[in-house]
Amino acid sequence: MTQLLIPMLEGTLISLKIFFFTLLFALPLGLLVAQAKKSKFWIVRKIVNIYIMIMRGTPLILQLIFVYFAPFYIFNTSLDRMNAAIVAYVINYAAYFAEIYRGGIQSIDKGQYEAGKVLGFTKAHTFFHVVLPQVIKEIIPAMGNEVITLVKDTALAQTIGVAEVFRVAKTASARDFSTMPLFIAGVFYFIMNGVVSKVFERIEKKLSYYD
Amino acid sequence: MIKEEYMEDKKYIIEVNHLEKSYGDTQVLKDISFHVKEGEVLSIIGASGSGKSTLLRAINQLETIEGGEVIICSDTLCNNEKIQLNKDEKRKIQLHNGLVFQDFNLFPHWSILRNITEALIYVLNKDKAEAKEIALSLLDKMGLKDRYNSYPCQLSGGQKQRVSIARALALKPNVLWFDEPTSALDPELTGEILKVIKDLAKENMTMVVVTHEMAFAKEISDRVIFMDDGIIAEKGTPKEIFETPKNPRTKQFLKRFST
Repeated sequence: MTQLLIPMLEGTLISLKIFFFTLLFALPLGLLVAQAKKSKFWIVRKIVNIYIMIMRGTPLILQLIFVYFAPFYIFNTSLDRMNAAIVAYVINYAAYFAEIYRGGIQSIDKGQYEAGKVLGFTKAHTFFHVVLPQVIKEIIPAMGNEVITLVKDTALAQTIGVAEVFRVAKTASARDFSTMPLFIAGVFYFIMNGVVSKVFERIEKKLSYYD
Repeated sequence: MIKEEYMEDKKYIIEVNHLEKSYGDTQVLKDISFHVKEGEVLSIIGASGSGKSTLLRAINQLETIEGGEVIICSDTLCNNEKIQLNKDEKRKIQLHNGLVFQDFNLFPHWSILRNITEALIYVLNKDKAEAKEIALSLLDKMGLKDRYNSYPCQLSGGQKQRVSIARALALKPNVLWFDEPTSALDPELTGEILKVIKDLAKENMTMVVVTHEMAFAKEISDRVIFMDDGIIAEKGTPKEIFETPKNPRTKQFLKRFST
């Protein structure tokens, strides 16, 4: 049993690492992309649009393979598997997050910006203190969905050989002729998403002090 | 036709000369000139689309100005030499103005207190205790002192508008602008706002009020501007405008309100 549980626990930690690093980088990057999409320079808008189109229009599994193998063919060097996986998840999720942020930002009344301006706030102050907190409240449900998907998507990292929990389970399952490891992996995703749902529920409740 | 000899000894707070504003090919403000003296209450009346809100927004830097001269408390916001101001200079000029919006534009995620103190702390660099004191005394004046911990969504429209007046007053503007301050309110709530403005007029606050409340404009104003189709069609004392209007458009407009 310990022969099974210890590698599975290690796999779980790898999955969690992908999950947290993706959020850590993709959440701010998505905001930056959302802002760049409104840039006054058309070339920036064009690049951002193409980027979002590619990220949403191609399978994540393909993006993982590309990020891992392309540097090898182009520069004759490659990222380590884990880093490649995180880079791929970050650029993919940032595109989705950007669209969610964009929707949230659009929902804010322009009167909020105008009030900030006539009171002498800088644009940055108005954005970070007036607009963004309201955007976050607005996008929490959509973000919750996306983050739950991310938990399950971490399983795709096995494509480039990252030993996350699903890969470990598959290996163990083949070795022991048992479906138990796969079942345990399923339990991990289920519990993890239970926690994610709870966290989002809490945030939503905390932000419901105004409408 | 234009009488300008009121309150000769008072200094100008607002000077606007030949202001022009267009949206694309449509000119919405044409050759607008007027001024506001210290302690004066000026009302701007006119039909929807006559340009009165655009005028207020242009002077408060919420719209671009294509031509003419705007001087606020001796600081030039724009002139025909197309002076270039940096952000800080523009902000400094804006702080001469206070603006009360039609739909309040309070910050919904902040308490009433923070709605008022944020600019005091962040823009005027007051310390928290002093900012709170200023805010509470203004809320007291607005009859809302006990609501400082509430959020905007917990207040009625009239209360929200009083908070937004307090928020504008906190920065001690030289002139307070109102953009149809009662238009978003239920009719029974307009009275409380008009009373606040009347009280401010008694304290000699300089104010420019864009309004649809004709009786109110007549009562509180020192001078009235009637706008029609992007121009100032007529200006004068309330008596001149409301009792003996000269311009046929003014007569036509006021007839709709006298019935």
